[in-house]
Amino acid sequence: MIRSTRSIERLLGAVIAATLMAGCALAQDTASTSSPAFKLDSGDIAWMLTSSALVLMMTGPGLALFYSGLVRRKNVLGTMMQSFAMMVLITLQWFLFGYSIAFHEGSGWGGLSWMFLGGVSPAQPDPYGYAATIPHQLWMVYQLMFAIITPALVTGAFAERMKFSAMAIFLLAWSTVVYDPLAHWVWGKGGWFRNGDGQELVGALDFAGGTVVHISSGVSALVCALFLGKRRGYPREAMPPHNLTYSFIGAALLWVGWFGFNAGSAVAASGLAVSAFVATHFATAAAALSWAVMEWLQRGKPSVLGGISGAVAGLVAITPASGFVGPRAAVAIGLVAGAVCFFACTSLKNRFGYDDSLDAFGVHGIGGTVGALLTGVFASKWVNPAGADGLLHGNARQLLNQAVAVVATWALAAAGTLIILAILKATIGLRVSEEDEIEGLDVTQHGEVGYNF
Amino acid sequence: MKKIEAIVRHFKLEEVKSGLSEVGVQGMTVTEVRGFGRQKGHKEQYRGAEYTVDFVPKVKIEIVVADDRVRDAIDTILRTARTGQIGDGKIFVTDLAEAVRIRTGETGEDAL
Repeated sequence: MIRSTRSIERLLGAVIAATLMAGCALAQDTASTSSPAFKLDSGDIAWMLTSSALVLMMTGPGLALFYSGLVRRKNVLGTMMQSFAMMVLITLQWFLFGYSIAFHEGSGWGGLSWMFLGGVSPAQPDPYGYAATIPHQLWMVYQLMFAIITPALVTGAFAERMKFSAMAIFLLAWSTVVYDPLAHWVWGKGGWFRNGDGQELVGALDFAGGTVVHISSGVSALVCALFLGKRRGYPREAMPPHNLTYSFIGAALLWVGWFGFNAGSAVAASGLAVSAFVATHFATAAAALSWAVMEWLQRGKPSVLGGISGAVAGLVAITPASGFVGPRAAVAIGLVAGAVCFFACTSLKNRFGYDDSLDAFGVHGIGGTVGALLTGVFASKWVNPAGADGLLHGNARQLLNQAVAVVATWALAAAGTLIILAILKATIGLRVSEEDEIEGLDVTQHGEVGYNF
Repeated sequence: MKKIEAIVRHFKLEEVKSGLSEVGVQGMTVTEVRGFGRQKGHKEQYRGAEYTVDFVPKVKIEIVVADDRVRDAIDTILRTARTGQIGDGKIFVTDLAEAVRIRTGETGEDAL
């Protein structure tokens, strides 16, 4: 059984490599020729190049350090590798068909017209006005960085127990059937929730990916934690983080990188980008304070892990709102998110006993949901005329729209994740063996150890 | 010959070492150890998961001295390692059958 599983994995690898090569040959012939009137802006291009790099930095080293510091030392490399694998695999998936599914025109999904990035110009903007002042390829690569970090976030739920091969196949499939369609629904031309096209079913606001990135990854993380089961020994055995200094550095890098994520989502070096930058920063500080104070009151000490977890929760919650709210609303959103996520990661998790090892659900699922709903409360056209007013500005309807988008995202993420996991469990299996789990992922999955001193 | 093992607080190590040197102890071995006695451990909390850490970090000093120097060595350790608080550590003394200096092959007290 083990042998045949290995050969299936090898075969898959060969197929992927062959397809990639075919794609390279094909892409040469399909450069776009359509040229509507456009004007590229060098300031916008500079900012979006910078933002793209910042968002990549969130995954590696940011998230890789944040997560790997929280696991036991025998799994440090395996955990880093899960984030790094997304930087490699999702990039190639995006090249093959991911970008086309997410961003080509269509209602439920974008189809395959931009496979192998055919027709994605390095010199002209995209044909739909996603980003009118930067080349289409820049928009494509900026969006790629979001597609990379989203599945990387999910890895926090099944840390320390999933086979590398199963993890890689799971997240490639997940990206294709959950992330890409969801990105299309919310941001893609013709998508069901895309605000402002006039063709959407429900106009939900999601400036930088509260639903697409954080709810989808967080809810999928919860499904993973429930489906894979607990780590052996959890919660009886002590599993303290092996190196919180890594986690600290990782969280600080996430904070900085997030400016590319949120302010970059203005897709221009504009006043809106400045507004999103400011909202992001203030919400993050408020949430870090809120989590730490809750901890101080309830448990007697403000911890470093609590502070940085609160900061990440604030970054998550402000993400959908960042382009629609001012600093006052941002501070309010941060304060709420820090406290709510603190309860989700402590009381809620203990109450139900699931092993969401690194709190991907508690921070991203809950934080994302809080942020998406509060966007419907605080959003203001005064901040962003292209957005909508929220509950506090007299438009209760917007809060309802946000709730519909949240429910749809929860449903798609949970269903997609469950189906893929069930198929993989029945074929190649999901978890490492008991001995391998005790020995650690570093040695058993990668044949190396993190620390030789 | 006796072997003296003293488990002491980290920050007292320098004082104990200097004190022992002054009373003629020529060498020692020091190890980082963890354990517990009457001193309680502490609690650590990571996002709601609470762990009691029973094992407290200490330093173990091992020295070997001639029988007539044992009292001096013990007194020195008592004087230098004591704070008066719970957690000052312990001293264990055992008979030692033999000691050999590897370079010369000398044995017994000549090897110390």
